[in-house]
Amino acid sequence: MRGIGFLVTALAVLAASVVAQATSVPSSVVRDDIVQGEGFPRTLAEYGFFNDRGAREPSAYVTGYELNTPLFSDGAAKLRYIYVPSGQKVEASGDGLLQFPVGSAIIKTFAFGEGEDQRFIETRVLLHRADGWLALPYKWNEEQTEARLALAGGRVPITTASGEEISYRIPNKNQCKTCHSVDGEVVPIGPKARNLSANWLGSMRDSSILDAVPEGADSLPVWTDTSAGKEARARAYLEVNCAHCHQPGGGASNSGLDLRWEQDDAFAVGVRKPPVAAGRGAGGLLVSIEPGNPDASILVHRMNSAEPGVAMPELGRSTIDHAAVAVMRDWIAEMEQ
Amino acid sequence: MIRLPKVSLTAAALLLASAAPVWAETHTITPGEGAQERLQEALILAEPGDEIVLEAGRYVLTDGLSLDVDGVTVRGAGMDGTVLDFTTQAGSGEGLLVTSDNVTLRDFALENPQGDGIKSKGADNIVYYRVRVTWTNGPDAGNGAYGIYPVESTGVLIDGAKVTGASDAGIYVGQSNLITVRNSIAEANVAGIEIENSRNALVEHNIATRNTGGILIFDLPGLPVMGGGNVIVANNLVVANDTPNFAPPGNIVAGVRRGTGIMVMANDNVLIEDNILQHNPTAPIMVIAYTQQTDDERYNPLPREVIVGTNNYGVGGDDPQLEGADMLLAAFGGALPPVMWDGLGSMTAVAGTQGWSLNLTEAGVGLDGASPSPLTVPEPEAEFNRDGIGAPAELEGRI
Repeated sequence: MRGIGFLVTALAVLAASVVAQATSVPSSVVRDDIVQGEGFPRTLAEYGFFNDRGAREPSAYVTGYELNTPLFSDGAAKLRYIYVPSGQKVEASGDGLLQFPVGSAIIKTFAFGEGEDQRFIETRVLLHRADGWLALPYKWNEEQTEARLALAGGRVPITTASGEEISYRIPNKNQCKTCHSVDGEVVPIGPKARNLSANWLGSMRDSSILDAVPEGADSLPVWTDTSAGKEARARAYLEVNCAHCHQPGGGASNSGLDLRWEQDDAFAVGVRKPPVAAGRGAGGLLVSIEPGNPDASILVHRMNSAEPGVAMPELGRSTIDHAAVAVMRDWIAEMEQ
Repeated sequence: MIRLPKVSLTAAALLLASAAPVWAETHTITPGEGAQERLQEALILAEPGDEIVLEAGRYVLTDGLSLDVDGVTVRGAGMDGTVLDFTTQAGSGEGLLVTSDNVTLRDFALENPQGDGIKSKGADNIVYYRVRVTWTNGPDAGNGAYGIYPVESTGVLIDGAKVTGASDAGIYVGQSNLITVRNSIAEANVAGIEIENSRNALVEHNIATRNTGGILIFDLPGLPVMGGGNVIVANNLVVANDTPNFAPPGNIVAGVRRGTGIMVMANDNVLIEDNILQHNPTAPIMVIAYTQQTDDERYNPLPREVIVGTNNYGVGGDDPQLEGADMLLAAFGGALPPVMWDGLGSMTAVAGTQGWSLNLTEAGVGLDGASPSPLTVPEPEAEFNRDGIGAPAELEGRI
């Protein structure tokens, strides 16, 4: 038994030295065979998206990006990257979702804490394989040296930036799809041209990663920018936080509520729209949005709750985004009655 | 996981032509430590044809479960043996979400989900067999909305289910087609069984009791799928639906009057026959137009071609939750006759059917403008066409 134990130890040392060697290489390359292969890689490191074990230094062809208006995830900081294989090109499709070639990946790490104290909790990976997109969640270890596949998701105790103690939910693989789904197919949500800065899109075009900067790019306001109109700020927030489900073909299509930025029918957006399957989530209120009366609007009620069965979005948050609730209230209060 | 064929190549070749999966595996899950992760992982890693067996016991779950693989069977050790306990659920809008086709759910229970019980969305050809969803505290506005909740699906068979305590509908089928709900018990929900914005539904041999309303056949405006109809409600025991409405206001069922037996709102071609209706104090049978205003041009708010066949009417209509109840009771001799129609759209009834009409002339204005009188409607002219109503026969083969 001792012999086997020694062998295992030796193998572990060997493995560690191999990893150490890999991390010393200045710019490693992404493993296209793994991105495009079959099955679910057990660790984030296997893809080679990052040079270091801590996933802070992107490899070649892995590019960081930010969104004008991001999804609220209990106040987590997010580090976002796209990977596009060498020689391949992303195509713009109006102001909507960028069209990524097969072999691309989108990588998003969720972190809490400031500066030196920042800790990674999870990294979500979207892989564009030949048979479509695949979404996989990876959970970081205590040592911050490895993120392992968490197919069933998990819960992690977190103290948020505002000091709330929460049980942070890492989604399971199916829950990834719950949001990342149109007509039953997995799709990216975030990288729409309208929600990306013109500067970033321009630099991607100049690097020949993107075919063109489309009309309507960068048109979604930064929702916290008070110089933007109340309606634009509210609608931008709803577009990013709600519309992936609340659109035709989305997870909440049966509600008839359509919160996409481009939807201009007030009823579809919820104005004087009665609930369909809200159950107690409606909180005794009669319509999604009652113009001039935020307190009578189900939309505000559900955003202002952290209770499962009431809270919207259903997935992805355990706390209330109070600033967003305030923006919704301002917008609805100002609506013509 | 290495997956090997479990049959010889010759047998495999023979089986290729059949729907039986050659590589089907069974994954057995036990209750206890880590059940959430073990069960969810099995649901994710299952492949078409696999069966996930939930051994008897109580599974304490903190998050919603979901299944997105076609052709999977989830089988427990009976609706009293295998219990998925969501009392401490901290996230998700339902206990179990199914988004894949040809799934069979059988012989297990969910207790106290924080939102809906089992939701299957866009999940064609689904079978719910002997599944129970219970909110153990009884009727309560804080309970989840729907117990069993298939929506936007073609091919739905619900057989032998039992739902108690839903704050909206116990068994709710929405925006779907080819549906059978049978041999099931809906007790102490706001709506016992509700078929909404759906076509070709057969609701038979169920027990609906202690709900606010027993069986509701609704069509609502403003939804992606509308035009509900071709529904048979037959051979159901609809008894003592007298629980005060505990739905949160704002939901359509919050308007259902306590003591409604079978209610049809804005559907076409509905047959109601051979039911036993007893102790439904507002209306054993109610046929009405959509009660609210709508400017949805795609929507028809009227009930059309509703047929009331022969039913067994016991005591009912004797304590109606209606405006002017005292006057109505006095006018009709102490109890309202069993069939209530608002006078809008069209309905027929077999000879001898006792009823009354509100004689409304306009939809969407509520009960204002009613001028009640005894029901005078024609008898059904032709045999009801049952073709194409109910779940596809293939679904029965799975139980």
